Amino acid sequence: MTPSVENVRVTSRNEDADVAVRMEGVDKWYDTFQALKDINLTVASGERIVICGPSGSGKSTLIRCINQLEVIQKGRIFVDGIELSGRRNIAEIRHEVGMVFQQFNLFPHMTVLENCMLAPMKVRRASRAEAETTARRYLERVHIPEQADKYPAQLSGGQQQRVAIARALCMNPKVMLFDEPTSALDPEMVKEVLDTMIDLANEGMTMLVVTHEMNFARSVANRVIFMDRGEIVEAAPPEEFFNNPKHERTRAFLGQIS
Amino acid sequence: MIRQFGWNEFELLVFAARWTIVLAIIAFVGGGIGGLIVALLRTADSRVARTAMIVFIRVFQGTPLLMQLFLAYFGMAIFGFSVNPLIAAMIALTAHASAYLGEIWRGCIQAVPHGQTEAAKALGLHYFARMRHVVLPQAARIAVPPTVGFLVQLLKETSLTSIIGFVELTRQGQIITSVTFRPFLVFGLVAAIYFAMCWPLTLVARWMERGMARATNR
Ligand SMILES: Nc1ncnc2c1ncn2[C@@H]1O[C@H](COP(=O)(O)OP(=O)(O)OP(=O)(O)O)[C@@H](O)[C@H]1O
Ligand SMILES: [Mg+2]
Repeated sequence: MTPSVENVRVTSRNEDADVAVRMEGVDKWYDTFQALKDINLTVASGERIVICGPSGSGKSTLIRCINQLEVIQKGRIFVDGIELSGRRNIAEIRHEVGMVFQQFNLFPHMTVLENCMLAPMKVRRASRAEAETTARRYLERVHIPEQADKYPAQLSGGQQQRVAIARALCMNPKVMLFDEPTSALDPEMVKEVLDTMIDLANEGMTMLVVTHEMNFARSVANRVIFMDRGEIVEAAPPEEFFNNPKHERTRAFLGQIS
Repeated sequence: MIRQFGWNEFELLVFAARWTIVLAIIAFVGGGIGGLIVALLRTADSRVARTAMIVFIRVFQGTPLLMQLFLAYFGMAIFGFSVNPLIAAMIALTAHASAYLGEIWRGCIQAVPHGQTEAAKALGLHYFARMRHVVLPQAARIAVPPTVGFLVQLLKETSLTSIIGFVELTRQGQIITSVTFRPFLVFGLVAAIYFAMCWPLTLVARWMERGMARATNR
């Protein structure tokens, strides 16, 4: 007997009312290459997780599994109590999960405002007026209301990334995923994007952030996760993670980046 | 008996050009719809759909339009339909144009960075919204020049339908030449009429390209 979606939701809600994301024994393969090995991770609602690790360790893959940009081969993933089940509820999950990419991925043929209005109108069926109000509110929140009528190419990298954040927020997601949001930015623009993310954290957003910004991790994260070769090697509050890493591989990694 | 080339003959050419235009419009519309479907299936997730479209494209690009016209024309009789050159031309031209436009547009769709699709997916946009609002508008920008190039070529290729009985522009030119014995004059006029039909297409293309460049500002 397979439980219906409703049942799954009810039971898991009762079990852990405050869990935003739960991954249980997740394996992910790209053909013959295993990118994720037995990932177990529970993210509480409102929790801020920073994921770090060497290149190719599976950080992007992990967060991309949460909104089903990647399909997993084994294990289970729950978002807000709903189990991901392939095509069936893919749209439902993506409503709840916003994502910000390293390369911004704004739609170049639309203005900033249109970028922010598209999904609420097409996915949430909001009216044009509603969508515009929401879009302008979030552009205000990321401090670029005056850029609303420009095209992405007319903005700086930092501004573009803030638009990307606003665009995701317009869908009113419960969880936000960030994949190296500042890695493509010139150094002087990193701060404005991190500040926007800190604001978001202060408002209680559940966040999973892949980043090499260790100061951000120190000040914002509830937990820092270190990944290597597809595994979660260590997960600890930042204090403990940076001052007292348990694993040799974590120590080696921290030694390299500091 | 040799006929003079006069106003009457000129009018016959112009009337025949109407067939060329009708056939071209059929091919453009049929090929436009068919080509879009081919391009979308060719870039779909489903392997079956992709393979089927590759076969379709290979077959219709790898055989002459002339043969396709023949096969459509005589095929109709074999499958028990009454032989109708217009329908045969419609089928052959649509299939031919769908294969070429499908392949051209596939390239344009694939030239849109993958991150665009991913961002649209992450926002929860389903397939049709993603294509309609994100991918196709960007693909269209780069699609204009090769598309118009192909349409111009297609307009000229409609002359092949004379083989199944259409008296379109080229065929009418041949007929008139055979009674007036003024090939240079007649075919000169035929060429000029083709040019007058193709030239506006290139103008429209240039105008569209400029409009899109302005809208995107990239
Ligand atoms: N589409 C794919 N096909 C095949 N292999 C892939 C694919 N995407 C990622 N990989 C492989 O999976 C592994 C994990 O990739 P992933 O992008 O998750 O790493 P990462 O930790 O995000 O690295 P980086 O810091 O470089 O972004 C890498 O070895 C990568 O080569
Ligand atoms: Mg990565």
